[in-house]
Amino acid sequence: MTFSPALEERFAKLLTSYPPGRQRSAVVPMLLYAQDEIGHVSQELVEEVACRCGVTPLQVDEVIGYYSMLHRKPLGKYHVQVCTNISCQVVGGEDLYGHAARTLGIGNKQVTPDGLISLEEVECMGACSWAPAIQINYDFHHFVTRERFDQLIQALRDGTYQETA
Amino acid sequence: MRYNVPSPLETRIISQRFDLPNSASIDTYLANDGYVALRKAIGMAPEAIIDELRASSLRGRGGAGFPTGMKWSFVPRNTGRPSYIICNSDESEPCTCKDRLLMENDPQQLIEGMLIAGWTIQSSKGYIFIRGEYRYQIEIMERAIAEAYERGYLGKNVLGTGWDFDLYTHSGAGAYECGEETALLESLEGKRGVPRLKPPFPAVAGAFQSPTILNNTETLSTVPVIIRMGGADYAALGTPKNGGTRLMCVSGHVNKPGVYELPLGFPLMRLINDVCGGMRNRKKLKAVIPGGSSAPVLKAEECDIPLDFDSIAKAKSMAGSGGILVLDEDTDMVAVALRTIKFYAHESCGWCIPCREGTTWLKKVLTRFHDGGGRSSDIDLIAELANNMLGRTFCALGDAAAMPTAAFVAKFRDEFEAYLKRSSAAVEPELAVV
Repeated sequence: MTFSPALEERFAKLLTSYPPGRQRSAVVPMLLYAQDEIGHVSQELVEEVACRCGVTPLQVDEVIGYYSMLHRKPLGKYHVQVCTNISCQVVGGEDLYGHAARTLGIGNKQVTPDGLISLEEVECMGACSWAPAIQINYDFHHFVTRERFDQLIQALRDGTYQETA
Repeated sequence: MRYNVPSPLETRIISQRFDLPNSASIDTYLANDGYVALRKAIGMAPEAIIDELRASSLRGRGGAGFPTGMKWSFVPRNTGRPSYIICNSDESEPCTCKDRLLMENDPQQLIEGMLIAGWTIQSSKGYIFIRGEYRYQIEIMERAIAEAYERGYLGKNVLGTGWDFDLYTHSGAGAYECGEETALLESLEGKRGVPRLKPPFPAVAGAFQSPTILNNTETLSTVPVIIRMGGADYAALGTPKNGGTRLMCVSGHVNKPGVYELPLGFPLMRLINDVCGGMRNRKKLKAVIPGGSSAPVLKAEECDIPLDFDSIAKAKSMAGSGGILVLDEDTDMVAVALRTIKFYAHESCGWCIPCREGTTWLKKVLTRFHDGGGRSSDIDLIAELANNMLGRTFCALGDAAAMPTAAFVAKFRDEFEAYLKRSSAAVEPELAVV
C-alpha cells in the first residue's frame, strides 16, 4: 500500500521509537493514523501493518476489536462523537445525542447516505467540566446546545467547517 | 487554552503558566522557571531526589493515590538493563479532564518531570501514552518534544551530563482499561490492553519487562515544582500525608464548572459554593461523586469534608482522579447509576469473569429497572451482584464498577423504590399477567 509522505514519515518514526525487536508496539498507533488517512481499517491495511511491524495479520486482527476507535467499516468524512457519560448526561448529553440522531437521521455508528457525517455515542472524552461536549473528528466542542449542534452540522454540509489542524 | 475562568481562590503551582501567552512554547517555559528543576536534579544523588518526593507527600494523581516517592524507590537502579519512564496520559476516568489541560498548556513541564524521573533511575527512554482521542494534544506534545531536542534538553548528552534521554508519544486507540497501569503496558507492546498479574509490579518488570517508573500526567508534571521549591515546602501547601495541590475537575450542576488548582484538604462545600459559584438555578445539592465515576457517591449531608485522599476515604469514598461531579435535587440517581454501569460494562476488558459477567448483568438488571420492568427483588439483586464483584476481579475495574453501584443503591434506595412504584402503577393489571 502507498500512503502520503507525511504518514510514511510517521510510520518510519514509529518503527524506530521502540526498543529493538519491539516493533509490534507500533501496531495500534499505525492502524489509527492510517485509518485517519484511508477512512477505515481494511484487510489490506491489516496485512500491510502486519508486514511492516513483523507480526502476523492475526496479531493485528486481534487488537482491532479491542480498541473502540478502530473501525472496519468506513466512517463519514466527519465523525461526530457525542458524549453521554455522567458529566455530560446530567447537563443534557443524552438529549443532545437524541437530537443528533433525529437531525442526522442515523443511529449509533451509522453514516449519512452521502458519506459526509457519521455519528457515535461515546464514553467520556475528557471535557467534563465544559459539558455537554462533542468531538468532530479530533476537534472538541464544549457547552454544546441543540442550536450550536445544528450550526456545526450546517457548517459541515456547507463546507465552511474549519478543522483545528 | 483555558475553557473556564480561573478562580482567585486557586493556588496556582502546576497551572501557573496556563494563562501566559504561548504557554506551550519552550521560550515561555524557560522564561518562567522552566528547566530550573532539572538543572538542580542533575546535581543531586538519586536517593536525594526520591527523598524530596517523599518529603513532599505527593500521591499519585491518576486515581490510586499511591505515594510517588515510594513508587520511585521500588525501581531497581544500576541493573545494567534498560529502564523506562512512562507517562499515563490515557485520561479516561469519567469526570476527569485535567491531563488534557496540562498537555495543552504546559507540555514542557511534563517533559521536565519525565526527565527528572529518567535522571533518577538513569533511564534513557520515555513514552507518553496518550489516549487516541487526544490527537491535537499528541501533536502539541510532539512539537514540545521537538523543541526540547533542539535546545539540548532531550537526546544525546542532556545538558552536558553524558546522559542520553529520548522521549516519544504513543497513541492509544480508545480503551478505558488502558489507564490501568499494567494494561497500559500491554497496550504499549501492541497487544490488547488486558491487565497483567501483579507482582511483579511495573517498578521491577514494567515496559518491555524492564524496570519502569509509570506515573500519571499530573503526577509527573508536579515533580519539577517539588524539586524547585523543595519537598517540605510543597507538602506544607496541603495536609499531612496529602501534600501540595491538585487540579480538581468540577462538572455538573454548579454555576461555574471548571478545572481549578486547589490545595489538598480544600473543603468540598467551599469548592462548590465559593470557587464554583454555588448550585445552578439555586437548586439544592443532592449528591457529589468526589473522585471520578469509580468513586462511591456522597449524599449532600456527607459533603462537609476536606478534599484530600484520607478525608474522602474516611467518608467511604475516594479522591481518585480529582473528577468531582456535583448533582442537584432534580437528578435521577437511577439514571446516573445505569449510565455509570453501562460505561463499565462497555469498558470491561473481558479478561476475568467476575468483571465481565458482573458488569454485564448489572447493566441488564439496571436497564430493565430503569425502563419500567423492574421487580422488587431487583434492588437487592443489584446490591448483591455488586458486592460479589468487590475484591474478586483481576484488576481494579471490577471494583470501580461495583463500588459506585453498591453506593447508589445503598444511599438512594428510596429512589429505586419510587421507580418500582411508578412502573407497577403504569402497567395495566391484565398486561402485567401477560
